[in-house]
Amino acid sequence: MNALLSLQNVWVEYGDKVVLERINLNIEAGSFVSIIGPSGAGKSSLLRVLLGQEAPTKGTILLNDEPLKPQCEPDRGVVFQRYSVFSHLTVLGNTVFGLECAQAPLTARLFGARRRAAEAEAEEMLAAVGLSDNLHLYPAQMSGGMQQRLAIAQALIKRPRLLLLDEPFGALDPGIRADMHALITRLWSDYSLTVVMVTHDIGEAFSLGTRVLTLDKARHDPHAPHRYGATVVYDLPLKKQATVEAGTCVDNGAENGPEVNCIITVDETRNN
Amino acid sequence: MRWVNRNIGRRNSLLLGAIPILVLLMVYLVVSADRHAINPSDKILPIPGAMVQAMWGLVFEPDRLSGRLLFWADTFASLQRLGLGIAISTLAALIVGILLGILPPVRATFSTLVTGIAVIPPIALLPILFIAFGLGETAKVALIVIGVAPFMIRDIAAHMAALPREQIVKAQTLGASTWQLILRVALPQAMPRLIQAVRLSLGPAWVFLISAEAIASDIGLGYRIFLVRRYLAMDVILPYVAWIALLAATTDILLNWSSRRLFRWAHGANH
Repeated sequence: MNALLSLQNVWVEYGDKVVLERINLNIEAGSFVSIIGPSGAGKSSLLRVLLGQEAPTKGTILLNDEPLKPQCEPDRGVVFQRYSVFSHLTVLGNTVFGLECAQAPLTARLFGARRRAAEAEAEEMLAAVGLSDNLHLYPAQMSGGMQQRLAIAQALIKRPRLLLLDEPFGALDPGIRADMHALITRLWSDYSLTVVMVTHDIGEAFSLGTRVLTLDKARHDPHAPHRYGATVVYDLPLKKQATVEAGTCVDNGAENGPEVNCIITVDETRNN
Repeated sequence: MRWVNRNIGRRNSLLLGAIPILVLLMVYLVVSADRHAINPSDKILPIPGAMVQAMWGLVFEPDRLSGRLLFWADTFASLQRLGLGIAISTLAALIVGILLGILPPVRATFSTLVTGIAVIPPIALLPILFIAFGLGETAKVALIVIGVAPFMIRDIAAHMAALPREQIVKAQTLGASTWQLILRVALPQAMPRLIQAVRLSLGPAWVFLISAEAIASDIGLGYRIFLVRRYLAMDVILPYVAWIALLAATTDILLNWSSRRLFRWAHGANH
């Protein structure tokens, strides 16, 4: 298997409520996986499991062929919809934090030349997300879009093997959201990231992703609806060049002919 | 314009704030002058001249027995007890509060105990403190600590437990260990809350201080008030109470100011 991330028969249960069942997934390095599905279908649970915030009830998860520890580690970065940045640190402080943790185990602070080196690296990262002019602002002084840019820079400075996005642009207005789509697409190709993004916005899922997963309940028991969990009901690979601009997703699928925007043939996966 | 929308500017609110205080002072002066006219040796509502005369001796003339300037010795003794009690409580709140709020095993082990101590009326423990620590300074400081520390600990612990889960997760994905998380994420965010907790605790702390001094002491603001009460010496009690109010108000303003200076990020977007 050359998949970066591999889930084998993963189940997530809370008490006798089954949230996710029979999740089998292989995610290749360099892919951009969008996860969509109705509310309560376990999208966020799946992300929490990938993040290590909770352990799956059953099944194994392999990251680079090694079992995933049920604890958040720096090899997986995350951007949440809100509260992703530290309100008591400036933009620069937020970004340097990840480097300080790695280089100063006891004080978690850097001084002198090492601090200047870390700050230079952070400034470079902040330039990549377009926050060069706001290094000394606190998050409360910035707009929601700027805070999300900061959250992305903060995560990327650790060079995570996997970047997890939990509805990262859900709270932003449409104009800013389009800017953020362009930004994340550019960063994804510039830094050869592997991204898993949970979203409510189907357009966003298809325009950004190279693969779209839909979570929903495949089986339904009307007398005990909680006993069946959601699983991957659609797994749609989208062929797309990493260089296209965000929002103009071009599907080069052979049957669909050229210039077809985001029209995909739907294949039911063998998960059911 | 509706009253809920009537915003008062800074200068005007200072002026408005002064009005009720001035009115109270005027009422006092009128009533005390009235009583003084009927009975020149009235002790219940002394006129300002009598207060100045009584206080003059305490502020500027050494006591014949001890040779100390009693007013300043009282103030120093009380502030020392109060400061020590508040300092110990603050330190306890910071350390125990953060650990309780951030680390689930610590919370599971100790939160019941802290809640249990917090619901005991501290004055009920005063006899135990006097028996255990004697009638000296320790018992008085201990009363203040027992009185305010549990409240402060619970306040900080609740504030830490309410930190967004996202922040804790994010810090770990950035490579933070438990220690680094406490040092760089929890501690700085506890500080502004701690200052607010100290401000709220100062009121009860003064109550416990005055109580302890009233019961067993030989110096202190509370001791003096309760001592001269025997002679109906309102000309000393009233200035002492005003002095305590001034001290308490000054600490409160200083704490609020320092919080705004030191933790700009915690005081809204427009700093």
